[in-house]
Amino acid sequence: MKVVVCVKQVPDTKGGVKFKPDGTLDRAGMLAIMNPDDKAGLEAALRLKDQYGAEVTVVTMGLPKAEAVLREAFAMGADKGILVTDRVLGGADTWATSTTIAGALRNLDYDLIITGRQAIDGDTAQVGPQISEHLGIPVISYAEDLKIEGDSVVVKRQYDDRYHMVKAKMPCLVTALSELNEPRYMTPGGIFDAFKKEVTVWGRADLKDVKDSDIGMKGSPTQIAKASDRVKKGAGEKVTPDSPAEAVDYIVGKLAEKNVI
Amino acid sequence: MALEEYKGVYVFAQQVDNEISGIALELLGKGKELAADLNEKVTAILVGDKVGNLVDKLAEYGADRVIVVDDPELKEYRTEPYAHAVASVIDKFKPDVLLIGATAIGRDLGPRVSARVHTGLTADCTKLEIGDFPLNPVPGKEDEQKHNQLLMTRPAFGGNTIATIACPDFRPQMATVRPGVMQKIAPVAGAKAEVIEFNPGFTKNDCYTEILEVVKEVSSVANIQDAKILVSGGRGVGSAENFKLLDDLAEAIGGTVSCSRAVVDSGWKPKDLQVGQTGKTVRPHVYFAIGISGAIQHAAGMEESDIIIAINKDENAPIFDIADYGIVGDLNKILPTLTEKVKAAMDAKK
Repeated sequence: MKVVVCVKQVPDTKGGVKFKPDGTLDRAGMLAIMNPDDKAGLEAALRLKDQYGAEVTVVTMGLPKAEAVLREAFAMGADKGILVTDRVLGGADTWATSTTIAGALRNLDYDLIITGRQAIDGDTAQVGPQISEHLGIPVISYAEDLKIEGDSVVVKRQYDDRYHMVKAKMPCLVTALSELNEPRYMTPGGIFDAFKKEVTVWGRADLKDVKDSDIGMKGSPTQIAKASDRVKKGAGEKVTPDSPAEAVDYIVGKLAEKNVI
Repeated sequence: MALEEYKGVYVFAQQVDNEISGIALELLGKGKELAADLNEKVTAILVGDKVGNLVDKLAEYGADRVIVVDDPELKEYRTEPYAHAVASVIDKFKPDVLLIGATAIGRDLGPRVSARVHTGLTADCTKLEIGDFPLNPVPGKEDEQKHNQLLMTRPAFGGNTIATIACPDFRPQMATVRPGVMQKIAPVAGAKAEVIEFNPGFTKNDCYTEILEVVKEVSSVANIQDAKILVSGGRGVGSAENFKLLDDLAEAIGGTVSCSRAVVDSGWKPKDLQVGQTGKTVRPHVYFAIGISGAIQHAAGMEESDIIIAINKDENAPIFDIADYGIVGDLNKILPTLTEKVKAAMDAKK
């Protein structure tokens, strides 16, 4: 069985978003990590390796420094790592990202593709389902649990007020929620291996059946009209009342003023 | 793609168990505004099995026209038949704009459809308006500026950046919107819509999944994203039992209780009620932050609230940096009296 996991290197917004003195985001001051939903997806793949001896290939698209997430994946137990990087791929929106990754995946044999549900920098949740469409395979998003049954995968698919147990014939793409599992730590042996293993690097020429008009900024149907770091919201009033009664009067006064009560 | 052939504002009218989801009505409300700016009509796309009875409700909430795709294959949501239904509607009717709810259904359906019809999709928009792209004409290229474009504004980086996005060269211009962001209109009783039945045919293939089981989670908890008022507690509340103080206030003011991550980690409240980066993003009219220190991860999930009222013992708590009204004090002493006064005020209004 062959499992491919798509991961993204993202700025660690969880570890504390940093602001510059002018109130805008300090991107350079943030650590780059493996996106949490993707890491849960990798863990799910590694469990299939433990259970069925599945071969786990990890694919990432990004700048050359994104190699770091592949090394981390090796250290956790992944077998192969592919970095898709090329200047012409830059500035891609979700459409152009998904066509690029689909183009890379067409070179690989796979039974199951796992992506994270969404990345914490963009939060779109779009790339996984879009890849599945380009490859013409079924998708099950929002996986809370998954198991293999013969030539199919059975997924606990989360919705707002329910879940479905959904069965799809492989090859299939599943998007993982971070609730899926608790990712394992890197092992000392794994870390040693991680730097011995070779990362495969692919560029534009290695993408299969992808048109130039479908990649990078030029291939992105969406375009940015305006972007700004949102300046941190300023503080309002702060009061230190002498008694609880005074505090209550203050709050009730504000609620009445705003027509809440 | 002949862009001028694409006309009108379309809304995916999500239904579950033959009940229209609130988000569909909210999108109709927004769709009506956009359609008015474009001098066009609003069309709802209603997809399901035996859902014809829902048409009038969509009309009452602003749909001029409803395209009904009704087929037994569409009983429960599954990606492939639903994507086929919506993509077929796009091919046949050519919408200029298509809005979809950013729900667990819409965030799966939207990307699959956008990939199929080759167009852009902007996720989780907080603002939609009609305008020019680029926003300002490029000197010397004034005639290249496009008018009547859908401008889609969305946050990223956990709400720390904000971008306005357009889709100038592809149609439809697709956007998803989270529940609770747009306003539904006051329903117009007796309103009728033009109804078009459309069935593109559903042929099973390997992309069709099989639903083995549907398990409704009897959720005792309200959806905090729908709440207009949230009474949210943090570690400072002290114990699961002490949340009673917040329950009482929520009941008095007609709000819902939510919490911070620390509360979920302590096992005092279920994960469904968690606000923040790893929980839900909320933007109620009023957000009470009670005993919540207000770490950035929490703030990312609630700072869009209209009015933030914080009560905390620690005068240096970061929550005071984003609160509109901050009260340094003991929640245990303030809440019981506050609940009483609120109750009295609400009773007086009745």
